Amino acid sequence: MSARDTVLASIRHALGVTGTEAPRRKEVADRLRDHPRGVIPQRGQLPDGERIALCLEKIEAVAGTTERIPALSELPAAVANYLRANNLPLAVKRGSDARLAAVHWEFEPVLAVSVGASDGNDVAAISYAYGAAAETGTLVLLSGPDNPTTLNFLPDYHIVVVDAGAIAADYETVLARLREEHGIEGLPRAINLVTGPSRTADIEQTLILGAHGPRRLHVIVLEG
Amino acid sequence: MHQPTSARFKANAKAALADAELQKALHFVQTNFPQRRRDVAAKLPEFEALRDAARDIKNHTLAHLDLYLEAFENNATARGSQLHFAVTGDDANRIVLDLCRQYGARTVTKGKSMVGEEIGLNAYLEANGIDPVETDLGEYIIQIRHELPSHIIMPAVHLRKNQIEADFRRVHTSLPKDRNLDEPAALLAEARATLRAKFLAADVGITGANFLVAETGSAVIVTNEGNGDLTATLPRVHIVIASIEKLVPTLEDMAQLMRVLARSATAQEMSVYTTLMTGPRRGGDPDGPAEHHIVIVDNGRSAMLAGQFRDMLRCIRCGACLNHCPIYHAVGGHAYGWIYPGPMGAVLTPSLIGVDKAGQLPNASTFCGRCEEVCPVRIPLPRLMRFWREREFERRLSPATQRAGLKAWAFLARRPRLYRLMTAPAMQVLAWFGRKSGRFAALPLASGWTKVRDLPAPQGKTFQAQWRERGRQ
Repeated sequence: MSARDTVLASIRHALGVTGTEAPRRKEVADRLRDHPRGVIPQRGQLPDGERIALCLEKIEAVAGTTERIPALSELPAAVANYLRANNLPLAVKRGSDARLAAVHWEFEPVLAVSVGASDGNDVAAISYAYGAAAETGTLVLLSGPDNPTTLNFLPDYHIVVVDAGAIAADYETVLARLREEHGIEGLPRAINLVTGPSRTADIEQTLILGAHGPRRLHVIVLEG
Repeated sequence: MHQPTSARFKANAKAALADAELQKALHFVQTNFPQRRRDVAAKLPEFEALRDAARDIKNHTLAHLDLYLEAFENNATARGSQLHFAVTGDDANRIVLDLCRQYGARTVTKGKSMVGEEIGLNAYLEANGIDPVETDLGEYIIQIRHELPSHIIMPAVHLRKNQIEADFRRVHTSLPKDRNLDEPAALLAEARATLRAKFLAADVGITGANFLVAETGSAVIVTNEGNGDLTATLPRVHIVIASIEKLVPTLEDMAQLMRVLARSATAQEMSVYTTLMTGPRRGGDPDGPAEHHIVIVDNGRSAMLAGQFRDMLRCIRCGACLNHCPIYHAVGGHAYGWIYPGPMGAVLTPSLIGVDKAGQLPNASTFCGRCEEVCPVRIPLPRLMRFWREREFERRLSPATQRAGLKAWAFLARRPRLYRLMTAPAMQVLAWFGRKSGRFAALPLASGWTKVRDLPAPQGKTFQAQWRERGRQ
């Protein structure tokens, strides 16, 4: 008997089942198909403006920084200003996300924008989030050429753009949208739920930002 | 591999109580976590309802574990992950070693994994010529000290900054001797730089999983540092090692559990990184592992499904029961002698290594009930510890004097009139002797108690006598 069959057999032995019982199989198939929602916190169930405000408040509560821009044409200036304010070199890496590709980066001629995954030598990166959950200020980022996962973790400074309209009340709403739009078969390799910059409290429970991932997280909400 | 010393709990505890550095370190746990958890729970009105939901999801999954495991296998395989099943810890170790060899691994990075600790994965790989580098800061610290974790989410919580500084100076010998490591941030910066080089060089990354989602075939890891993600993203091969009870049915179920996990564990509303990893890198992906393996480990869990310890399989390893336990506060994690300390360890360790080796752990409890009060999946930890005590008694594993004492007490307790006849005068006598200070610093036959603390003097009348009097009023 293979190890797989041994494990399944001992589970079934312990549960006193054979695995062929129709009611059990139906219950599991139904739950996987219907994926019922459980308890959804009220806190994020707000009109658009308040929900976005809650999301930003939650991001700031976990040491992220935020700003709002009215149009993507403002993005190059916002990025350049952020880098300047942090005394960083005016360089940022991005993926091939069409929205980021369409931005007129040349409006900030001194800002060097490179494209691709990170090899660990980038100080700052910019990603376009799939969405966010306002209840805890959690960003949802998808892997792939558009927004490579390494950009989320290797650079010291991570700038994330999110559409105001993609800020949902709760995790379930973002995950359901993902299932709807991509299908289970089309899920990306990695879905990163990111809540603030990297941190540790492993030394005497002193909270320090920038453990292995980014030291700073800056979220830019695109309004409208 | 570390051999469990759980059988020596009493001696371990005594040593821990006398360890001044440890006592200072433990003070943080006691003063820090309970209040912070209370605050973060109070901020979410639905928290108690979410605990019920979390318990129900886990119960439902465990009752259908065979079917969810099959669903997970189908979906993970369809997404391109390669699944391996391990009946025992040794099997899992061999599978991981074979994979490392198959890919010619030279540098292996590792995210913190409790099941990895349980099966002694690092020691096994090291014995076979592969040196995995732990990347969680706390886990890295205990790895360079050759210690077991003393807490399931804060492995180095028993250490103070000066001890960690000494370890870094001992191990990071290529760095300037006169560097300043006074601040925790300086220690972190040194670990970050040291480990960043390992991350980038690694051929194989090994992580655990907080959840396995049956619906999608995803392995989910939750970290604050980002080390788990770098371990899973940068090497060519990512190996996930996860035990069977990590399964949840759907993304919605995972979301419910996420809401109670971080709040219970670190009193955060959400951990910084929760990552769903589904299969290897896709065509066109510029990063991520080309090979994705998932090792599913049983190692004694399926047997627990059969009896009263099934409840324990709901555990999501948050550590809240440790953080709220007066015994853990007093002696720390190492006294428990193995990798699972505190109330959850007192229940789980006997299941995994045998009650003959760990029978003392369920006795390391005042039954104050705080663990059950805070458990996010409502595991009745005191009741399960009592089951173990009963089993220990039945199997004659406890000392003869203790057994004789319990038998004598049981004889009395079953004879209420005799019990009253004996206790009423005893209470009066004790009350008379203790009337001045209200306590006893020493008492014949009770030295086991009075050696380390005073025994409060009774007030004179037994509880039953007072109860009767009140009934008459």
